[in-house]
Amino acid sequence: MIFVKDKDIVIPGDILAENEYHTGRGTFKEENKICSSVVGLIAIRNKKISVIPLQSKYIPKKGDVVIGEITDIRFSMWNLDINSPYSGILPASEVFGKEKRELNSVFNVGDVLFLRVVDVDEVKKVKLGLKGRGLGKFRDGILISITPTKVPRLIGKKGSMINMIKDHTKCEIVVGQNGVVWVKGEPAMERIAEKVIKTIEKEAHTSGLTDRVRDMLSELCGEEKEETPEKENKELPE
Amino acid sequence: MIIIIINNNKRADGRDFNELRPLKIEAGVLERADGSAYLELGGNKVLVAVYGPREFYIRRMQRPDRAIIRCRYNMAPFSVEDRKRPGPDRRSVEISKITSEALKPAVFLEKFPRSTIDVFIEILQAEGGTRCAGITAASVALADAGLPMKDLIVSCAAGKANGQVVLDLSEIEDKEGEADLPVAIMPRTGEITLLQMDGHLTPEEFEKALDLAIEGCNKINQKQKEAIKKRYGE
Repeated sequence: MIFVKDKDIVIPGDILAENEYHTGRGTFKEENKICSSVVGLIAIRNKKISVIPLQSKYIPKKGDVVIGEITDIRFSMWNLDINSPYSGILPASEVFGKEKRELNSVFNVGDVLFLRVVDVDEVKKVKLGLKGRGLGKFRDGILISITPTKVPRLIGKKGSMINMIKDHTKCEIVVGQNGVVWVKGEPAMERIAEKVIKTIEKEAHTSGLTDRVRDMLSELCGEEKEETPEKENKELPE
Repeated sequence: MIIIIINNNKRADGRDFNELRPLKIEAGVLERADGSAYLELGGNKVLVAVYGPREFYIRRMQRPDRAIIRCRYNMAPFSVEDRKRPGPDRRSVEISKITSEALKPAVFLEKFPRSTIDVFIEILQAEGGTRCAGITAASVALADAGLPMKDLIVSCAAGKANGQVVLDLSEIEDKEGEADLPVAIMPRTGEITLLQMDGHLTPEEFEKALDLAIEGCNKINQKQKEAIKKRYGE
């Protein structure tokens, strides 16, 4: 017995199905009824019912790549804010190996890093690392935070959505699984990227979003393009 | 000549014994809170903000196996006719405590060990039954914050005024009536998470009032569901 359709909006406590179905993310079983535990959209994949939350906090998971900001320097580690209920630690050994150096000569409070979650223990102590391709410190650019559950929507199928934004705005964009997005480009383009990313977050649960984002991008970037040729025309007669 | 109109079974404000005051709930009203709700029940106006789960800095209060819920119920100085002295008092400390205890059973706290969930309930205007309005709105705000919950919590009061068992007491009925019985339940299973009583009821009246309050809770629950769904455009 099933009481909902794919992509329905459900709220905590809604009864979704009975008996032969399995519980996925965002659901729980009570007696033989499967209930929703969050506000979200239904996703049914062969007899497994999940609810994709519309809003959530990032819970660190081993192997994730995240963007974090350094909040404190301790004796042998850095503390980082990773937009989560749990702060992360970056041990000095992850950066220097066995070598001993001053911590603040490498990273300082306020620096923004791209990191990998190396380990999360049972009391949610989050150990971070910098080993891997593309990991390290960001210079300049802006940070935008979105709800972590909407990260897949922002990236799109095989990166279609994010590549579209990159192509239109000519910005470098890095998305952390914790919902923090780093954007670097021309200031005007950064603002456009921010606006588009916020729109995607707001409308993530609606259909036909890719097309709307494409229209929005060409409209916003189109205005920019129109302005530049005008300036060039004015300069030419001189 | 003085004509006294006795409208049978009708109350001072013209309601039936089992009639709620007009109710309006809106979810997601605050931009910077993780979850929020605004509720109007008759003359009550309540604003709730939820922050969290977030990192908890008070070490000795941290729970290694689950999150804790901290509530603050606060009445604005202008919420009642005579100015209320601002700041916590005995009554608001009690309501803060019972609110957090009423909400606790519904939230899957074990999913967020060592963290805290902060609930701020601000009473902008009071007209009797603010603790119930606060709990009802707080539960909507918790759901809006995306917290995993077993069910919504819904709260409603019943009581006895003018010798009659009635639902959803207004301020006058609360002050001059014989008894007040606030109840909070999880509507799907019918589990009771809050039950207080102030005044005197016979066992029969108590049963009747409890049934009436649960009936009222189920009505309010429909509005809660509508409010959350409306937030995401349905």
